[in-house]
Amino acid sequence: MRRTRAGSTGRFWSRVVQLAFLACLLLLWFLATTEWGVNQLLLPNPIAVWDQLLDVVMSGEFVSDLILTLEELAAAFAIAISLGVTLGYLISRSPYLIKVFEPLFAGIYAIPIILFLPLYVLVLGLGPASKVALGATIGFFPIVLNTIAGFGTVDQTLQKAARSMGANGIQMFRYVLFPAALPVMLAGLRIGFTVALLSVIGSETLASLAGLGHRIVNLAESMEMARTFAYIVFVVAIVAVLNTVVSRLEARGRWR
Amino acid sequence: MQSPDPVIRVRNVSHQFGEVGEARYVHALMDTSIDVARGELLCLIGPSGCGKSTLLNIIGGLTRPTTGTVTVSGKPVRGPMPRDLSFIFQENALFPWNTVFENVLLGMTFQGVARAERQDRARRALEAVGLAAFGDHYPAQLSGGMRQRAALARALSLQTDILLMDEPFGALDEQTRIVLGEDLSVLLSESKKTIVFVTHSLGEAVFLADRVAVFSARPGTIKKVIAVEEPHPRKPAFMTAPKFHALRDELYNLLHDEIRKAMSESSGLPRRYAESGGAQA
Repeated sequence: MRRTRAGSTGRFWSRVVQLAFLACLLLLWFLATTEWGVNQLLLPNPIAVWDQLLDVVMSGEFVSDLILTLEELAAAFAIAISLGVTLGYLISRSPYLIKVFEPLFAGIYAIPIILFLPLYVLVLGLGPASKVALGATIGFFPIVLNTIAGFGTVDQTLQKAARSMGANGIQMFRYVLFPAALPVMLAGLRIGFTVALLSVIGSETLASLAGLGHRIVNLAESMEMARTFAYIVFVVAIVAVLNTVVSRLEARGRWR
Repeated sequence: MQSPDPVIRVRNVSHQFGEVGEARYVHALMDTSIDVARGELLCLIGPSGCGKSTLLNIIGGLTRPTTGTVTVSGKPVRGPMPRDLSFIFQENALFPWNTVFENVLLGMTFQGVARAERQDRARRALEAVGLAAFGDHYPAQLSGGMRQRAALARALSLQTDILLMDEPFGALDEQTRIVLGEDLSVLLSESKKTIVFVTHSLGEAVFLADRVAVFSARPGTIKKVIAVEEPHPRKPAFMTAPKFHALRDELYNLLHDEIRKAMSESSGLPRRYAESGGAQA
């Protein structure tokens, strides 16, 4: 009882400190633009940014870019999941394949795959296809690696117990292998989602025709700094919501 | 080693892992024969790596012997026989993502028991091991002793005549182990189950077994079978009786040389031999 109370007050105070820290940053930002004379072209006034943000949201101007970015993300993530989970499961069935492919995938995942963006653009063009392909490529690796790890490390005793009780192949998958692998696999899906999101928005800022990343770069290049910042805040908020949803979904599948 | 009504018949069973000359080659079990009578508890005891768990897995159809035959209730063993025998493992054989109740149900699901009957049998099995109030708990929320009771409930719900127990109390502390041993002795006197029980503990073997099969060091085979003539249910007082100590000493003397042999052998071998031997023990 005492421990829970200490725990919840501790959590309360760390929330307060976190909020105070963000408030201080905001205050510093405000003072920098009003008192310390930082060039508004480099750092616009936060109140101006707020006004622009309201305008962006009210006008609905963001809708087409947001939809495009989300569509690219959804397509990239769907491809990464289908390939990653299927291949990961098949590889996990053989110790030999694990030995061959696990280090290979881990090695490729360690290089910055964004380097290949120019090639993707060359082949697939400036449109959404190159963003989807890059996002799918980058999202694939954590998903396939965690699927291999999840299915490859199911406790032998559990499998033996199920076998001794007469589980057939389908039952073994449904009641033992899948639930055992699920938490690790979901962690891979969460990471895959995050990196796919990063690479979709990132590649939009580098070479694209539309999308939220494209919009931000366009505004910055036309020196509309307050609106640029407003869009950045907007994207941060969208990403925070998406990540929270994905983390919640992951937590629901956890059993440990 | 013949008995009048053998429900398990092991004939000239040998088992090796890998082939001669391979690094992983282990000759685990050599030309072993034994019968287990209906309603008896047979303990298998011996040094690490002597093949006693391998023999249990062979009886249960989880491992195919290299040579030799096993019959259970008159049928030759070719794979798992979930309608005839159920296993209880040392630990962590409950599915951690399922509640205790769901764990018990699952074994019956695998065997296609009707839904309503599953619920009923699970409830009765949990009552029998004193866990009726813990059906909604997850295994991680239970003590080691309670987890093993739950595993026992799962095995009982399958209503097999034979239980194969692989060091079921091996990971528990001494007190819990004694209490569960007493409960098992009661179960044995009431239910007429046939049990094959692998253990490291001399005291446990004498307290529980009707007969104790002592294994030699690897390649293991049954060196001697000792009968413990004492009716079930056995009371804690049996543990302090002179007969208990005499039998325990006899077992100790039989085992001592074999354990020395097993240890000097494994220390003289490269590390991976000792490890793979340990894993199969």
